[in-house]
Amino acid sequence: MTDFIDTFFRAVFLENLALAYFLGMCTFLAVSKQVKTTIGLGIAVIVVEAISVPVNNILYNVVLRSGALDWANLGHLDFSYLGLLTQIAVIAAMIQILEMVLSRFFPALYQTLGIFLPLLTVNCAILGASLFMVQRDIGFVDSIAYGLGAGVGWALAVIMLAGLREKMRYSDIPAGLEGLGIAFMTTGLISLAFMSIAGLSF
Amino acid sequence: MTSKETFTKPIVRENPVTLHVLGICSALAITNSLTSSLIMSVCLTSVLVMTNVAISLIRKHLPSSVRLIVQITIIASAVTVIDQVLTAYLPDAARTLSVYVALIVTNCIVLGRAEACAMKQGVGASILDALGNGLGYSIVLIIVAVIRELFGNGSLMGYRILELAHEGGWYEPNAMLLLAPSAFFILGFLVWGIRTWKPEQVEKADFKPAPLPDREKR
Repeated sequence: MTDFIDTFFRAVFLENLALAYFLGMCTFLAVSKQVKTTIGLGIAVIVVEAISVPVNNILYNVVLRSGALDWANLGHLDFSYLGLLTQIAVIAAMIQILEMVLSRFFPALYQTLGIFLPLLTVNCAILGASLFMVQRDIGFVDSIAYGLGAGVGWALAVIMLAGLREKMRYSDIPAGLEGLGIAFMTTGLISLAFMSIAGLSF
Repeated sequence: MTSKETFTKPIVRENPVTLHVLGICSALAITNSLTSSLIMSVCLTSVLVMTNVAISLIRKHLPSSVRLIVQITIIASAVTVIDQVLTAYLPDAARTLSVYVALIVTNCIVLGRAEACAMKQGVGASILDALGNGLGYSIVLIIVAVIRELFGNGSLMGYRILELAHEGGWYEPNAMLLLAPSAFFILGFLVWGIRTWKPEQVEKADFKPAPLPDREKR
């Protein structure tokens, strides 16, 4: 259990996908103008990460990795080069299914998350979490914690930036720096703050 | 639009990174060394050319309802090829770049160009557009990487340029430039510079805050 919590907190703070690995930056900067929209986006990311990372984990360990097909006497086959293609397909399919389920059973939630879901197919934070999971050889239980933590960390970062950008509308910023420029620098400062957490040992 | 314009426009005027905010992830993550930035630029440009050509060739047979999934599949295949080539011939570089090569799949420049250009134009124009965008991306990457590696480590592409203080030289390296936050700052300054030079790139505000009351009334 401690492992589970450990992985979760590492993924949220130390290995924050947005601030330490720069993943999902396009959406991160484009959508972080109002807190209200980012909360919807954040929840969508958490849900998709928490589902797609464990599913990709099962798929990789049971079918793709070398020796995974031993039970069928096909142990000599190594499909790991197909990893990228399967992962992106799983993510795209996952999002499509989620969209259908939401629109059928939770129309209110679909109204808030609906517009973000298709966007998340090409969000590198989602694919990145799956790729890191494969690269670090994380087990199934830990992959749930990792997916959840990665999603929560990303959501936390984007909501923080949106809050700051909302307040920043009232400050006097040099002409060329307004908008994108200052968003970059604010993200840099948040990222610096998150790095200091690495000094704490979990 | 002439073909020369197709090629040169994305370099500064419509730079994919600083104007459209596309492909930022890798632009920030791997720029702490010039070598990996150059390799990344070459990878991205070749993926762009490959996918733009492939998509432009089949654009007339592609029903619009399934076009996204087809585009993603083509991009993922091109990236897999590049990834395997890199692992085979440049294993060290593949290790440093780790997942960022694979993440070209979700690099919005590639999908964005496929959607905006390759779906509409012929093969020739698509190639030029891909090269132009690749170059625009590469220039940003190289500028950021030169600053980060030169002042963070005193070297360029691994060659010593500034003698480091702890090795008997005079330059005290700024280790923060090798860490994540510095990349945000440098890119922020770069955007600032470009937008001061070309003010028309500044995005319009979505809303205007209510004006503050006069100083006397406060």
